[in-house]
Amino acid sequence: MSQLVQVTRVAGRPIPLRGNDIDTDRIIPARYLVAVTFDGLGEASFRDERFDAQGNLKGHVMDDPRYRAKGTRVAVVNKNFGCGSSREHAPQALLRWGIKALVGESFADIFFGNCVALGMPCVTTGSDEIARLLAAVEADPTQDLVVDLTAQTAVYGPLTIAVAMPAGIRNQFLAGTWDATRVLLDAAPQIKATAARLPYLTGFAG
Amino acid sequence: MPKTLLDKVWEAHTVADLPSGQTQLFVGLHLVHEVTSPQAFQMLRELGLPVLFADRTVATVDHIIPTHSEVRPFADAQAETMMSEIERNCREFGITLYDRASGHQGIVHVIGPEMGLTQPGMTIACGDSHTSTHGAFGSIAFGIGTSQVRDVLASQCLAIEKPRIRRIEVNGALPAGVYAKDVILHIIRTLGVKGGVGYAYEYAGSTIDAMTMEERMTVCNMSIEGGARCGYVNPDQTTVDYLRGRALAPQGDAFARAAAWWRDIASDADAPYDAVTRLDGTALTPVVTWGINPGQAIGVGERIPAVEAFTADERDVVEDAYAYMDWKAGAPIAGTRIDVAFIGSCTNGRISDLREAARVAKLGRVRSHVKAIVVPGSQDVARQAESEGLPEVFRAAGFEWRLPGCSMCLAMNPDKLSGRQVCASSSNRNFKGRQGSPSGRTLLMSPAMVAAAAIQGAVTDVRALLGGAR
Repeated sequence: MSQLVQVTRVAGRPIPLRGNDIDTDRIIPARYLVAVTFDGLGEASFRDERFDAQGNLKGHVMDDPRYRAKGTRVAVVNKNFGCGSSREHAPQALLRWGIKALVGESFADIFFGNCVALGMPCVTTGSDEIARLLAAVEADPTQDLVVDLTAQTAVYGPLTIAVAMPAGIRNQFLAGTWDATRVLLDAAPQIKATAARLPYLTGFAG
Repeated sequence: MPKTLLDKVWEAHTVADLPSGQTQLFVGLHLVHEVTSPQAFQMLRELGLPVLFADRTVATVDHIIPTHSEVRPFADAQAETMMSEIERNCREFGITLYDRASGHQGIVHVIGPEMGLTQPGMTIACGDSHTSTHGAFGSIAFGIGTSQVRDVLASQCLAIEKPRIRRIEVNGALPAGVYAKDVILHIIRTLGVKGGVGYAYEYAGSTIDAMTMEERMTVCNMSIEGGARCGYVNPDQTTVDYLRGRALAPQGDAFARAAAWWRDIASDADAPYDAVTRLDGTALTPVVTWGINPGQAIGVGERIPAVEAFTADERDVVEDAYAYMDWKAGAPIAGTRIDVAFIGSCTNGRISDLREAARVAKLGRVRSHVKAIVVPGSQDVARQAESEGLPEVFRAAGFEWRLPGCSMCLAMNPDKLSGRQVCASSSNRNFKGRQGSPSGRTLLMSPAMVAAAAIQGAVTDVRALLGGAR
């Protein structure tokens, strides 16, 4: 089994990814899913938003020299980020590009769950707070944006905003139990017992 | 206390309440395809774990498979690698694979129901967001990511939060030329693409009750496009009749016992809901998407809405859609010239979809500037269509008849748009770049509307064509 890795705090340079309803086809176009590993997905993040048909940069924020810092990154997003296809390749691509946490107004359900499974916290806050945070990081992207799951805050320079995450999920990050496989297998006897009482697994024997 | 189907199925499959507040939920049927599973099998190998319930795990190939050729190895070496990988994984872990040699290959959300694998009261998971399709049978079915595919392979369980529930009642008889696809596009248009986040949708009302199972599948399929991870219809006589005699459904005396349990699992008459929406089915018209998400849709007789018609919150996406699709507010959508017509997908690639499209195809010929393809959802659908002479109807009208697969819905196989082509499509997503060209444009509509657009060369109200045929 994998080792427990606690996620209490993520600090990194901010990357503002503005827009509502950014779907996972946009985050990672389908042609990059024709592969049997997640390797190399990082540079394909938002590929068609970043490059034109000739391979020239279109001026996407991810290629803006002001946001080209190396190392851990924290994304700031708007509403319903990660909607559409269930492809885990989307958070895998962002993770490989360096994004290890996201702060947003809201996240699509499947995307949120995929991020939990990868140890990438997605925290939410209000529209006004996101607007302030986006304005602050765009005015000066040279600080670290700190997502603190213990304090439930996102801190950027003098700006401190309260962020939320469902309590149980937050506890999984804090305890290092976000990788569910081990937790699920711990209940092996109960799994067998549940299966044994499902009529469709017992031939509707009554 | 009265309960919804969601409550009953959730209770029956709860293994444990996790400290996280999530449920450890048993997955009754795990469907697997070639795109979202290889990394999960690799993780399993690294953990040294077997597949816990290999007999509740079923695989097929649909996303990357070419629809113009059966020849192996595939021309695309990476697609061939993925095909070989799922063959190896299924062999190694003891999982049934419905490949082309089996005669039952097809889109995972088409073959599950048609083989009788999908049944009421089950929990069903698959690494594909359109798993919501199976909710048509009164199962709780949803898409998962690859790490969760690993979890289900290893433990047959998921750590998941129980959603809230919204009942969506559609009442009244649908007018001629208005289909299940129009119903779900109208629902998404009404509640928005974020409306279902955190919710399961229960579809009900006389319009839904009158639908065939295939129509209900079309509705449930697009629940995720409204943000709802799953959507379902309560099982009834239509459900029972559909399942009777299917190869993998209960047989003999067990079928009667199964049918009794299926009916019991339906929502109680006075069950509580977190929200209720009521819509008038008699007022619906054919719906076409004009934008870059499935909620940006209008009736075929309407015009591209002005930005002022939207809330401040939606306006950026609307402006983005105008620019990407090259629209001006106020332009009619009818008459929009198309380059490609695609009939198929897990939304609309079943036999009834092909019959409706063929009925329209008989009325004309595909315009010379249009490339039109028909892709059956499975080998079983293809055989049925062949027995009814549908391929000949389509070919005579100028459509290409292809082999089963996901095809042009999602651009992971050779069927793709090029440049700024406009595609009338019976699929489920009009996202930017979805159909394989980073600047390609998708107009979602019913299969009959796609066939009408193909023979007129432009978006057309299929009711006018069908009216003329009577």
